[in-house]
This record gives sequence, structure tokens and C-alpha cells, in this order.
Amino acid sequence: MANALTIVIVEQDKERALGIVDSLHETGDHKIHVLAEESGLSRSVAQLNPDVVLIDVTNPSRDTIEQLTTASSPMDRPVAFFVDRSDAQMTKTAIEAGVSAYVVDGLQMDRIKPVLDAAIARFQLFHRMRTELETTKRALEERKLIDRAKGMLMKVRGISEDEAYALLRKSAMDQGKKVADVAEALVTAAELLS
Amino acid sequence: MSLKIVKAGYMPLIDAAPLIVAHELGFAEEEGLQLELQAAPSWSTLRDLLAFGQIHAAHMLSPVPVASALGLLAGLPRLNAMMVTSANGNVFGLSGAMTKRLEDQGFAFDFKDAIAAGEAVAALPRPLRIGMPFVLSMHAELVSLWLSSFGMVAGKDFLIQAVPPPLMAAAIENNELDAFCVGEPWGSMTVERAAGSLVLPMAAIWSCAPEKVLAAREDWISGNPAVAGSLMRAVLRACVWLSDPGNLTMTAEMLSPDKYLGLSSEIADRALAGRFMINSAGDIRRHNDFLMFEGDGICFPWRSQGRWIAERLIERFGISDAYSAKDAERVFRSDLYRENLLPVGAELPLASSKVEGSLAVPTEVPTVSGTMILGRNRFFNDKIYDPGQ
Repeated sequence: MANALTIVIVEQDKERALGIVDSLHETGDHKIHVLAEESGLSRSVAQLNPDVVLIDVTNPSRDTIEQLTTASSPMDRPVAFFVDRSDAQMTKTAIEAGVSAYVVDGLQMDRIKPVLDAAIARFQLFHRMRTELETTKRALEERKLIDRAKGMLMKVRGISEDEAYALLRKSAMDQGKKVADVAEALVTAAELLS
Repeated sequence: MSLKIVKAGYMPLIDAAPLIVAHELGFAEEEGLQLELQAAPSWSTLRDLLAFGQIHAAHMLSPVPVASALGLLAGLPRLNAMMVTSANGNVFGLSGAMTKRLEDQGFAFDFKDAIAAGEAVAALPRPLRIGMPFVLSMHAELVSLWLSSFGMVAGKDFLIQAVPPPLMAAAIENNELDAFCVGEPWGSMTVERAAGSLVLPMAAIWSCAPEKVLAAREDWISGNPAVAGSLMRAVLRACVWLSDPGNLTMTAEMLSPDKYLGLSSEIADRALAGRFMINSAGDIRRHNDFLMFEGDGICFPWRSQGRWIAERLIERFGISDAYSAKDAERVFRSDLYRENLLPVGAELPLASSKVEGSLAVPTEVPTVSGTMILGRNRFFNDKIYDPGQ
């Protein structure tokens, strides 16, 4: 296929890498390589001679990839890459989504765009999933704390579960805090005193 | 009065201290700023966050703004160095295998003599693969300058490879590198983990090299002159505070928590004090001017420093005639420094450019209001750099 590109994905997490590969395949019959090893990264990338390299913006090895975009001496040419920032808006969107894309100089934007769009969408999805996971985790922890605080109040003051919760809520409102924060303070204090 | 929010990024390194101290000790707040600090995972990402406006200012490698004026940052906007925030701070070291070769030749490992070290390193097998954090860095400029003066050609006799400092020890153990140049604590930590040795502090190549700068986009500075001025004053106060040896222990404690560097305070303390473990046997060497934050004109962004960096970059990358060192030096904003720091009594030299490498001892020079002392300024080969007009 004329539109096929050679794409390198630098990603340690296997699941994530597979997700990216899947979404890129939907945009064409590309030749895709996943590099998970940090060691020998610049050599491996140079050998594959890709058209596009995708790497998570939070990956410290970005600086290693970045090196391939500059010549090592005036006599040399960059190994293969050039950071194509011809479309600044696209680059900005990509970075906000959490992916940086290195594209070989001179490639037509219409060949690259579907690939970058797919990568950006995938990284936005990762970002959303991570946020959701963190929110769920926090909610679970808060629930556990509130349950423990309720239990302590029920035992010490001999009140019902509903009354215990109402007490926590009132205390939180009076202090301008979250119920979970009051519960945490109570649990910590109880641990210190016991 | 509500505070102006300024988002500033940094790499979690010892020399990020000026921004961290400006926030922690309330210097920023006293200037009417709420400094929101954000650590970056790599220099490329920090540069992009700044270039695309997600942060307003950053702790940055001094060659990066100069590179932006020489077309080396393809398509990114022009960045400025508002002031220098630290001088020196890097070390050059060798892998275990290369250390062994030098030991067998009876090399002294005095951690001082750049000529003896250069001759010894030039006699090692070529090409010498040298790891450093980023291609556009004082690390790369000084290593290139030093080794090329011993007849080694970049790209042929020595290869510069960008490796994130935390991965440096692993790269040496995997035999991907023969040498490395990094800031502390990574030099000592690399030696500890990979059984190599430290050969020289980079201050032995240039005794007061501008290492990190406070950088911002040129258009952000011109659009927000008052905020930029407040930020510079807050950071200068932090640099002055950091230059007092009595504050060293407190600085180490301040940098140590996970939200900043995530290092034990002993290691941070050792790096701040310029004490190194030069080999895995635990030998310690000291270097007094290892890392400096202020005093002796360090924070002043000299045009001649910008010009020196620009000329080095032009030589290293073979940059086209469309760009000139004379234009690029202007990203070192001595004009802005004068304008914003005069009211707080900073020492302002009469000249904005100086001959680099010409001071064997600290020397008095005229300022706008009297005199000031400039620190020792020497290159390893006693060459003098005159930026001209």
C-alpha cells in the first residue's frame, strides 16, 4: 500500500503498546515496531529507519530520541529524523494529549495526519482512563475511612449507623471540611490513642 | 491583594534550587506571585511545555535559548535567558573498563588537572562513547571543547549520546557508554552503581560556565513585563540566599522531599557542598567552585556568554549563514536584568559583555554605582575569548 509508513512506538507497558498498535492499524497498513527496552534505544530506532516515532511525553528517554534529530557534527546529517513542527497546533494537541511525535522531514502532512490523529485519540483515552482509575481508587479509600469512622462512633457512643453518619457530616460542615477528611482525622486520632 | 499565578517548570536536579527556594521561602509571594512549580520528566518535554505556553518560565540548560535563536529548535518560538541561576555543577567520569586502563597507566585521578586528564582520555580506544543528559547543554559544549583540543573529532573520535541521568549507570553496565558527563548527584551515584570513576569537575574546563538559566518565551516577557520582573527579583533573592554557606543544610532538607527531588538529604548536601565520591572504593574529593548560585556576577546574563555559546553551537552543528552569533547573544537579556534588578540594589556591571577566560583571580570591575568583584574566570587551556563587537 502506497500510504504505508514505518512507525516506531517507544512504550514499556505492553497493554498500552498493543492499544496504540491497534488504533494505528485502523489508519492504514503500516509497518509498526514497538520498542520497550531503554537500553540501546537510539541505535535501535536508527536501525529501523522509521518515518514516525511516537513516545509518551512523560518518558525520560525522550531526550535520547530527541538526539536523533540533531547532527552530531557539521559533516553529518541527522540520523533520520527531524521534529516536524510545521503544524504547530497539531504538535500542541499531541503534547497536551501526552504523546510526542517525531516525523521525518519532508513527509506529506496528509499521509501523517491520520496516524497522528489516531495516536492522539489513543493517548487521550489513556489519560482519561488514568484519571478515572485514580478517582475510583480515591472514592473507594474514602468510603473505607468513612465506614471505619462510623463504626467507631457507633461503638463508643452507642448510636445507629445513620446517626453516626449524620454526626460526621455535621462536624464536616461546621469545620468546612469534607466528610472523608473528618473521618480520616478521627481514625488517625483513634489509632494514636489506642 | 491577589497573587499573580506563575507556572514554572524544572528538572528535578540540585540546581533547580533557585525556583524551589523562591517558592518555599516566600520570596515569590513577597513579589506578589503565586509560584506553581511543576517537575518535568525530560529536557525535551520541559522545553515543549515552555514553548507551547503550558508553563510561563523554566529552569533551563543555558544553550537552549541560544539554540532557539539559531534555528536549532525547528519551529519553536524564541526563548530568552532572563538571568543565569547557577554556574558549573557537572562532572566528567569514566566506565569501570576505562578507569582500569587509566589506573594501569598510573593516572593520578587528582580531580583537578584538565590537561593531564585530557591527554589520558585522548589515549583511550576510539570512538569514546560519552553519555550526557541532553545534546544542547553546557555538558556537551565543554566536553567537545576540551576533547577537540586534544585532537579528538566529534562524531568520529568521540560520540555524544543523550541518556537520562537516572539511566546512566545502567547504560555503562550494558557497555553502551565509556564515559559520562552529568550534574550531581548523578555523577557520584553513577560511580557508586556502575563501578566507574570521576575524573574532573567540568569547572576545571571553564571555571565559571553559565549552567542553568531562568528561561521564558520572548513574547511572554514582552507581554507580561511586570510579572517577569517580579519573578526575576524573587529568583535573584533565592540565589543570594543559596550562596550563603550557612544555608546549605536547610537547602538540602528543602530539596530532599519526594515532591521536589526525592533524594536523601545527605546526598543533596554532598552535592551542594562540592564533595564527591570519585570511585566505588569511596574516595572523596572536594571542589570549591563546583556549583555556585550567586556572588561574583554569576546571575548577570552576560551577552558574551550568549555569544560564546552561539559560536560553539555554530561550530558544532554547522549552522547556516542565515543565523548569526551576534543576534543570538541577545537572548541573554542583560537589558532586562538591569531594568528589573536595579531597584533592588543588584550589582550591575557597566559593561554587558566581557572578555571570557581572562581572570586568574577574582577582580574588581566598575558598576553603575561603584565596583563589584568578578570571580575567577579561566579556561583549562588559558585561552581568552574576546566576543568583539
